[in-house]
Amino acid sequence: MYGEKAYALVKECANHENSLPPYNASLVQEVSNEIRTLVEENQEDAQTSTEETSDSGSVVSTIRLRHAAVKRNLRCLMAYHYNRLRLLRKMRWEFGSILPADIKSNLSPAEIEWFAKYSRSLASYMRSVGDDGLNLAVDLKPPKSLYIEVKCTVDYGRYELNDGTVLLLKKDSRHYLPRSECEELVRQGVFEHIL
Amino acid sequence: MPLPSSYSPNYFSIDDILATQERTPCKFLLNVPKMGQLNPSAAERDLKAGTSLELPLWLVIEMSAGRQPIITPELPKVFRESYREILKADACAVDLHKYSLHFYEVGSYVKHFDRRGDVHEILLHTFKTRYRQLMDLADNSVSDPSVQHSLDTLEKRIFVASHSARTKLNSWLIKSGSPLEAAELVVNHKKRKRVDVDDMK
Repeated sequence: MYGEKAYALVKECANHENSLPPYNASLVQEVSNEIRTLVEENQEDAQTSTEETSDSGSVVSTIRLRHAAVKRNLRCLMAYHYNRLRLLRKMRWEFGSILPADIKSNLSPAEIEWFAKYSRSLASYMRSVGDDGLNLAVDLKPPKSLYIEVKCTVDYGRYELNDGTVLLLKKDSRHYLPRSECEELVRQGVFEHIL
Repeated sequence: MPLPSSYSPNYFSIDDILATQERTPCKFLLNVPKMGQLNPSAAERDLKAGTSLELPLWLVIEMSAGRQPIITPELPKVFRESYREILKADACAVDLHKYSLHFYEVGSYVKHFDRRGDVHEILLHTFKTRYRQLMDLADNSVSDPSVQHSLDTLEKRIFVASHSARTKLNSWLIKSGSPLEAAELVVNHKKRKRVDVDDMK
């Protein structure tokens, strides 16, 4: 049956709603081969159709059927890539501009390039806002106080604050820090906010 | 992350693609040369007029449209009279997940195959009756997790959304301040790591 492979590709997206599975290059290749075969068969039939329209019905219906399969395959391919990119874009906002290595290894070369370009345009946009730039990734929730108490969840190592103080972040250590300095680390799961 | 809705024909919607993969019975009106492979029970080269097959919705919709339809579609089993009677009797008692994974999505496509509009009515009726139960579930989901398994994809999505809204409201009512949280994907990523480590042991 046509479109089965393309369906498997989309199914892969559906099964991993919040994570990126490895880019399935071989399946993508197989689907594009299927499309190519269908188009070639259609062209062949379209050229010979004038001679043999007689005995077993018109080839027009065959061509229509194949064309429907081509359209379906295309749609699945587009949806697969588009939904991966959407997730990748979300990752830029949540992980920051550097992706964890195991996620990066799941991307195709084109996706890595897209990510770098997206990061670059986002950064240049954020620089252009206001007088000296504005980081859009912080203050996602309205701040209530300047300082917050946080607990460290991993052994992070040394971390330098804006005023030059160097902190040693060890697992389960507690800190009282300016909110603006640690919000990003909370988003990345290094700190846990204690109310 | 699928797109939120598939109601407007959204080209990239994963839900819509999955729903249109469901099969529906149909009958061929014309001979289709060289397409005998579509019928697994016959070895002929051509597909004869009058053959009945179960084909995916995307193909059926495409081939039954236009000035000269090649096939006439029929209703899938779960939208036929006998199943409609069950839904009419008590929609809440039905395990919709078993009927079809995408009951409403498929329904909104196949309702056009039914000229009298019975399918249209039953979809609306089913959703209206089950919605009350769904909201009740979402607000008090502690009770029994197994009821969730009888929901179709759309209902499950509504359930998850309303449940998280309810949890957020509750925490806001109690503490009225929301703590900073790690991003959703980051949390997910960590969870997955933990599983991987366990596998290696």
